[in-house]
Amino acid sequence: MTTNTDLAVQFAGVGKKYPHFTLDDIHLEQEEGSIMGFIGANGAGKSTTIRILMGLVHQDHGMVRVLGHTMPHQQAAAKFDIGYVSEDMRLYRTATIDWHMRFIRSIYPTFDQAYAEQLCRRFDLKPQQKVKGLSHGQRVKAALMLVLARRPRLLVLDEPTTGLDPIARQEVLGELMQVLSDERRTILFSSHNTLDVEQISDSITFIDRGRIIDSGDKEGYLDRWRRMRVDVPPGVSLPSLPGTIQKASTGRITVLTTNSFDPAMTALCRDAGATVHNIDRMTLEEIFVANVASRREGVLA
Amino acid sequence: MHSGITISQSDSRPMYLQIMEQIKQRIALGDWVPGQEIPSIRQLAVELRVSVITIKRAYLELDREGIIVTQHGKGSTVATDPDLSPRLYDQELTEHVDQVARLGELLGHSPEELANRVREAADRLVKEHV
Repeated sequence: MTTNTDLAVQFAGVGKKYPHFTLDDIHLEQEEGSIMGFIGANGAGKSTTIRILMGLVHQDHGMVRVLGHTMPHQQAAAKFDIGYVSEDMRLYRTATIDWHMRFIRSIYPTFDQAYAEQLCRRFDLKPQQKVKGLSHGQRVKAALMLVLARRPRLLVLDEPTTGLDPIARQEVLGELMQVLSDERRTILFSSHNTLDVEQISDSITFIDRGRIIDSGDKEGYLDRWRRMRVDVPPGVSLPSLPGTIQKASTGRITVLTTNSFDPAMTALCRDAGATVHNIDRMTLEEIFVANVASRREGVLA
Repeated sequence: MHSGITISQSDSRPMYLQIMEQIKQRIALGDWVPGQEIPSIRQLAVELRVSVITIKRAYLELDREGIIVTQHGKGSTVATDPDLSPRLYDQELTEHVDQVARLGELLGHSPEELANRVREAADRLVKEHV
């Protein structure tokens, strides 16, 4: 196997078995300088995958490389290059934000105090405030500030925008994009908020029931997926259209979802005697839901 | 440089098309002049909080249409002779007109009636602008 130095994250054939959950044959690649959105329902395996990436959970088999470090063996070295924020991130309740800043600075020599203070202002955080007095949104922003100020090459964020109000969400997304102005820095974030993922991600990976069901660049997804409404008169049968994921008919109208849209499909339908009435683009959320539903039911021919 | 580009989430068109349209507008209005350097892909991504790949897509299409010139590692400039003939909109217009024709057929309108309706709509728009 060739080692591609431009990959920030690489998983090959990674698996982990628990009594009630199995993460199965995970393949994942993320280029340096990009943002990947990791989308899955609750319990789909997002956090387990992320914990394996961080070396917090050891895989049963398979290869994991993060910024050139082999995980979990080189996790100590990797941790200096990775910034990780998760929902269950514990800050010391009775300590102030400023105390946390000094604490992190004592561990990570790259901690940039001026940048940290700038982030506090932008995030509307007061360094002298104690953690126990912070709201949920402020805690998330404080945890993010502590990680961002280290300027890690890879940021791994588990549900960074969950529970944030619209203003805080935009502040966080804006700060994440700011990181990307340095083209050697990479962000991987998991979310079930597909709107955030749709807005800022370059590539998208869908996970369901411990398996990766699809992975690719965002523009490609939005380009290929369409929902079509076709009028199929009695006696006419719809030609088989490539990439049909879902198909449902009521009366003369058939609604079908394709993941390989081609404008020529309109002509194909017309030649068969059917008329395409609407061709709608789909949001990432609609694509995700259709994708999961079809995989769970078994793909149509 | 602030691009002044805005993205609307309630706009059903993809983000890259919205960005293309607004860049063309700035060039058509003379805000951005031929040969002028425009924000880099990453700069614009950070400013608009939109993924790099989306901006890349918009720039690629604009490059293909001869509106901007992107040189690897050197950023992008407005083309010296930008061709603003709206090929892309033309395609979009065709799709909408097709939709009008289909709906007209559904409602039993004759082609003449449809043509009149389109003319009325255009007249209304002219009046709004007065």
